[in-house]
Amino acid sequence: MNDYAIRIEKLGKRYKLGQQTGGMARGYRTLSESVTNFARAVLRRPEARPLPQNQFWALQDITFDVRRGQVLGVIGRNGAGKSTLLKILSRVTEPTTGFAEVRGRVGSLLEVGTGFHPELTGRENIYLNGAILGMKRAEIARKFDEIVAFSEIEQFLDTPVKRYSSGMYLRLAFAVAAHLEPEILVVDEVLAVGDAEFQKKCLGKMSAVAQQGRTVLFVSHSMSAILRLTEETIVLEKGQLAYRAPTSQAVDYYMAAGFSHSGERAWTDDQIPPDAAPFRPIALRVCNSQGLPVDTIRATEALTVEIEYRLDLPITGLRLGVYLLTMRGEYVFTSFDTDQAERYERFSTRPAGRYLSRAVIPPNFLNEGRYVLGVNASAFRVRRYFQDEQALAFTVDATGAVGKQWAEPRLGPVRPALEWQIESH
Amino acid sequence: MTSFQEPLQKPLQEPAFPDRAAADHLASGVLYRIRPTRGLASLNLGDLWVYRELIFFMTWRDIMVRYKQTVLGVSWAILQPVLQMVVFTLLFNRVAGLSSDGLPYPLFNFSALLPWIMFEKAVNEAGRSLVTNRNMLTKVYFPRMIIPLASVLASLVDFLLSFGVLVGLMLYYHFQPTANYKIALTPAIWTLPFFLLLSMTTAFGVSLWLSALNVLYRDVGYIIPVLSRIWFFITPIVYSTREVTGIWGLIYAFNPLVGVVDGFRWALLGSGNAPGPTLVISTIVSLIILVSGLFYFRSMERTFADEI
Repeated sequence: MNDYAIRIEKLGKRYKLGQQTGGMARGYRTLSESVTNFARAVLRRPEARPLPQNQFWALQDITFDVRRGQVLGVIGRNGAGKSTLLKILSRVTEPTTGFAEVRGRVGSLLEVGTGFHPELTGRENIYLNGAILGMKRAEIARKFDEIVAFSEIEQFLDTPVKRYSSGMYLRLAFAVAAHLEPEILVVDEVLAVGDAEFQKKCLGKMSAVAQQGRTVLFVSHSMSAILRLTEETIVLEKGQLAYRAPTSQAVDYYMAAGFSHSGERAWTDDQIPPDAAPFRPIALRVCNSQGLPVDTIRATEALTVEIEYRLDLPITGLRLGVYLLTMRGEYVFTSFDTDQAERYERFSTRPAGRYLSRAVIPPNFLNEGRYVLGVNASAFRVRRYFQDEQALAFTVDATGAVGKQWAEPRLGPVRPALEWQIESH
Repeated sequence: MTSFQEPLQKPLQEPAFPDRAAADHLASGVLYRIRPTRGLASLNLGDLWVYRELIFFMTWRDIMVRYKQTVLGVSWAILQPVLQMVVFTLLFNRVAGLSSDGLPYPLFNFSALLPWIMFEKAVNEAGRSLVTNRNMLTKVYFPRMIIPLASVLASLVDFLLSFGVLVGLMLYYHFQPTANYKIALTPAIWTLPFFLLLSMTTAFGVSLWLSALNVLYRDVGYIIPVLSRIWFFITPIVYSTREVTGIWGLIYAFNPLVGVVDGFRWALLGSGNAPGPTLVISTIVSLIILVSGLFYFRSMERTFADEI
């Protein structure tokens, strides 16, 4: 018998547009609407009937398997089909084509807090939530003390959870889910919530689960977490399985995919979410000292980052910034155009119009390698107008940089030319 | 950390056929195949058995939540029917002068009001239940039927509580007989559970239809109160079945609650005729609603998470 925990073959999921695929806002049908549509469809001549073009494949032709005890990373951009895949595996929704075989109970940390009722106490919710997740009453009773200890809510056990702080609520919810002890654990971005200590606890629980020989599917946007916790990763792209490789290769593939090599990223209308208005990004460029957009820049040369954008209305408190990341997804720095006090004062309100925010990254700063630039336009604690964390990639070529007399790669994202003093005594 | 692992202790078995796999999927090491279902779905009631503890917990939750943060708490389960009975007695007996088959009107009314209120509450809560619990539907697998079923069972608990009042009322009329009526229990009382079951199957059947429809069409939420108002008046609660005669009597029996109410009055109070064709029709209609509801619900279930 094959030693797999999950086997997926030609799995596909088709949604009608307007059906739920994630956090998208949507309306629901009304009976009267359906009745009129039906009447219209009957009365209309057949050739005028609309084609089922309002359908799309959230997942298509996915085939892969996961060995028992393996920790498999799943990465992909928003809408790549990650959540749909997890929903099918946890049997929330049915696939349209193909099949998946799972061996044993599937528990997912995307169900954290499912069925929690605000009016019920912590104790009551532990039992209720446990039952919803598929635990037997005896099993919950056996693990009850452990769950309470893990969640650190002992003294609030008989308080309705509506009086809990969000942190307490989350800890309790996670504690129940974490004690389900499924054969297959599915983790989806849960690490994005909670404080740092709690996240550490979650990660610890996950590694513990993995060490017990259970199978883990780990879905995350955090490349560093994926790199730390998994050895093999699959990359989903537009509903299809694009790549499967040891994690470091898969992350490189993912980070490199979809970037232009022109040194410029221009946004078209359909790439800008409607809620960005009145802010409109136009382009992000990486330019060399002649002011030309380039894909590769020398480490010894100054590099100019420029963001071109338009404001259709004046915005108060706006700040334009860039993130610089390595291909591994580690941040090198974040910088905003109104960081300096003098500019912060002068541009407290920007009138409508076309703008160019430009900054120079000095020479002898970045190490060799490929980097990713992200853009953020926001008003602090008021609103985020626009964000694209992976807008543009560029390469730094270290020819002639400091330390090049040794043909070895340097660790770390920066390669500063430090003024060393060497004294002999 | 992901290298070779020891095999699981339990022997892995290929299930004989998929339904069995579904029933056992809570067990460890069992293979389950997730694939699209087509055509008429199998009812897969075995799954309900596997999740029997969840049925208990959901029912318990519905009851707990219903009376949380109310001053009078569970006594509402008793007060609601009693208050209605008082109003109906004043209105339909004193003012409108409706007959009550020779029974004291409060008793006549209350014995019908109890199964009716159970039915009404069940349908009201269960019809909306899937939408109310949508965050559960989109996150975890369990047989979705449990949600409306729990609402129906929760109203049964309310029924049992208010049934105590009916017993008290019967005792009162036993010790304080009116001029032309003295309560007398007959062996027919042992048939009461059957009539209770009949009202529950009807409630569950109707709830399955409404809750599944409500996922697709939120209009259902607005229809339910109207529907229950109409249903109230086509059920002999404030008036006697004897008012409906001839061929209308048989048509009337297509409302399963007619069989329920007549049965309640017959079993408890010995009033009216012993159940005959009316009850047969009511029972058949109730079963048709239940079975069709089960199949409709099951066939809709596969798209709940996508549509809700």
